[in-house]
Amino acid sequence: MSNQDIYVPQPATLLKKQPMTEYETFYEFKLDSGCELGHGPGQFLEISVPGIGEAPISISSSPTQAGIFQMVVRRVGNVTTALSKLGPGDKVGVRGPFGTKFPVDEVMKGKDILLVCGGIGLVPVRSAINYILDNRRDYGRLTILYGVKTPADRLFAEELAQWKATPEVTVLETVDRGDEAWDGHVGVITTLLPLVQINPAQTIAVICGPPVMYRFVLKELAKMAMEDESIFVSLERRMKCGVGKCGHCQMNDLYVCQKGPVFKYSEIKEVMEAI
Amino acid sequence: MSIKKLDQAALDTWVNKLIANQSVYGVQAKGERFAFGPLSKAEDLRLDYDVTILPPKKYFQPQREDLLEFNAKGEYTSVTETEPFILFGVHPYDVVAIAQMDTIFSADNYDVHYMTRRHNATIVACDVQNASANVFAGCMNTATVTKGFDLLLTKIGEFYLAEAKTPKGEKLLTDLPGGLEPGNLDLARREQVWKDNTGLLRKHKLKCNPQELPGLLEKSYYAPVWEAKAKLCFSCGSCNLVCPTCYCFDVQDDVNWDLQSGKRTRAWDGCLLKDFAAVAGGHNFRSSRTDRYRHRFYRKAKYVAEKLNQIACVGCGRCISACVPKIANPVEVFNELL
Ligand code: SF4
Ligand code: SF4
Ligand code: FES
Repeated sequence: MSNQDIYVPQPATLLKKQPMTEYETFYEFKLDSGCELGHGPGQFLEISVPGIGEAPISISSSPTQAGIFQMVVRRVGNVTTALSKLGPGDKVGVRGPFGTKFPVDEVMKGKDILLVCGGIGLVPVRSAINYILDNRRDYGRLTILYGVKTPADRLFAEELAQWKATPEVTVLETVDRGDEAWDGHVGVITTLLPLVQINPAQTIAVICGPPVMYRFVLKELAKMAMEDESIFVSLERRMKCGVGKCGHCQMNDLYVCQKGPVFKYSEIKEVMEAI
Repeated sequence: MSIKKLDQAALDTWVNKLIANQSVYGVQAKGERFAFGPLSKAEDLRLDYDVTILPPKKYFQPQREDLLEFNAKGEYTSVTETEPFILFGVHPYDVVAIAQMDTIFSADNYDVHYMTRRHNATIVACDVQNASANVFAGCMNTATVTKGFDLLLTKIGEFYLAEAKTPKGEKLLTDLPGGLEPGNLDLARREQVWKDNTGLLRKHKLKCNPQELPGLLEKSYYAPVWEAKAKLCFSCGSCNLVCPTCYCFDVQDDVNWDLQSGKRTRAWDGCLLKDFAAVAGGHNFRSSRTDRYRHRFYRKAKYVAEKLNQIACVGCGRCISACVPKIANPVEVFNELL
């Protein structure tokens, strides 16, 4: 029996903050305890703004980046709006890390990696990308597909450019609607898939994006002969407590806060409420 | 553990003595119906009640409770309640429900808020004397109980038998003035009450063994009954609210007058409510009424049931009485799937 309260957040301090798009802001924090967060790519935190509340936020930095953790948060609710008003030195509460990880230390090792991200889906996947790049020899080819609505919605523009310039890394981007300055690909994310060459037996794919995206991407991956066991999806749900109690994140019998957010596709294929 | 026989006068003296020593919450009349509430004198106790409006879970997971406090510096501290109390007159089906909630809140991630209250409680169970209009505990194997309480009261004729099950219950019995030793005949009459209740608490008759329900639901996901019934659902969440095994909650922050310090509280939530699975930003992961309606039954008889190895509906019948369009009856739904 433990008398620790699973609902008490630990303090963290905002170090840096930078707007990324009209709605999304980049944040860098450190735990006041001086400890590492101890997360794996794909996990999430419950972030508290005192007096406003708590919200689940995915971690965007790689655990290889010591001393700090980073997030990109879209301003959509009370907590995320309050977060956007904080400045360096301000405190937040942190619970977690919670949930499952992208299997970067397991089945992804030694494989070619195909990452398919839509919109803010790049936020948690960036943690895996930087982890892979920091342990480059453990993985094969890295292919990143990234789709957003308009060029103004692109996150991590500088990093995207760096990744593009890295050998053995392919980055393909698309936008639903272009503008005058955009000379890249236009179309939904699935239109990028025919442009990549993969060896399905040698590849692990990861999908992360808005709810509508999964079904279409999965269909394309099946056409490319990707096995369901080699596809991982990161699913969003209302993660209110993060500890398997409040019921909000449930997807049929699965508590996404504990069994997810990262699932092997073959394990949730028959879960009706999953995709 | 000991077992005593007492008449109504001895019971009243005993209860008044318990009230003098600590907080006692017991069943009392509330208009035409019954409710658990703070008990100030033995005469108010109504052990002949049929069912309470709300289940006794409110003493372990209050409708709204403080989880944490935060100060102006943004530091959070845990808030737990520490006062011991007696819950007097809990029916067997509610005893089973409490035992299920104990597992939910203690296993995996230990919930100190629920469990502190739970450890502070002494549960005096009471066998049912009058069946409510919609009870079906007899079909769910919850009409009688052998564990999950500290002391069990059973009415036999003009007397009660009080049997201690735990040291806590035994301690209560030491306060009992002039209890008699029951004879074999008394014990036989109690056996008869248990037998009778298993038959009497079946106002709705489940046409299968409850153990078969998870398997039944396994093949019923697309059955027409979900949509047919859900069409009439108001998404009011009453069926969740009155259920002794519903425990989902929402969490919110309340700020004090200084606008800096405050409390984080949690409150009952219900999966039938429209926005239960909606995330900030607008997407609702269970936007269809049918999906929400079905989810409750799957939780009761499959999802939570498989976790607990026991059906998470104890047959109290509260949801049946609470549902205005009369679609919440689990027996009706399960029978239709058979
Ligand atoms: S589902 Fe209905 S009958 Fe079953 S325990 Fe809950 S309120 Fe009682
Ligand atoms: S009580 Fe009845 S109407 Fe209300 S949410 Fe439950 S099933 Fe729907
Ligand atoms: S977020 Fe509360 S149960 Fe998963």
